[in-house]
Amino acid sequence: MLMRMSKIVRFSADLLYAGILIFGFYVIMHGHLTPGGGFQGGAVIATAVALIIVAYSYEDLLAMVSKLRFIVQESAGLVLFLGIALVAVGFGTTVFANYLANSGSLFGMVVPFGSNPGELNTGGVMPLMNIAVGLEVWGALALVVLYMLSGIREKEA
Amino acid sequence: MIETVLHALVLAGLVASALLVFHFRDLLAAVIASALFGFLISLEFYILQAPDVAIAQAAIGAGITTAIFILAIRATGRYEEGGA
Repeated sequence: MLMRMSKIVRFSADLLYAGILIFGFYVIMHGHLTPGGGFQGGAVIATAVALIIVAYSYEDLLAMVSKLRFIVQESAGLVLFLGIALVAVGFGTTVFANYLANSGSLFGMVVPFGSNPGELNTGGVMPLMNIAVGLEVWGALALVVLYMLSGIREKEA
Repeated sequence: MIETVLHALVLAGLVASALLVFHFRDLLAAVIASALFGFLISLEFYILQAPDVAIAQAAIGAGITTAIFILAIRATGRYEEGGA
């Protein structure tokens, strides 16, 4: 028995997926400027994935993604986070030191003085950490919902 | 003044949605009422000037939890059995 929702639900989920995904990426990328950050943005993106998981059947989902993809993504986020923190030791500073801030390279712009709307190209390693945490939370929360669905399938079979 | 009215409205909605969760025998409707509760409490966090918590609550409380409950309903039955 193919458990999937009606065509209206599936089409609405497809439509909403892109919008929620873009909002989640916005929250992650502006984590050092506006409310939210890696965790919140990753949770928003995982909501979009959960919407697709609820709307489609397990057989449809296996054709789209695999569990291994989310496991690899979660692990990659964690490794990226720790890697960025430990690279600071290579520069002769402490762990988690912000070696990119005001350096002029990636996210290294000097923050302008006075009130300003916020420059995206600032913050040093903080935006990179937000991206790492976002990847990790996205993978982990999507994996939780996907395992929930796969458990259901085993019970019915 | 307008903030007090907004607070009262949101808190009344919270109580009403929590009572609806208790009232519905159709579990899918109860889950949607629970999602409404999560959305309203996220709105309350935003009014109390904690937008960070509001985003997390909206994504996890109203999004992921609802998805997990709907999957659980798909595995079991849609209507509550027995009771009053």
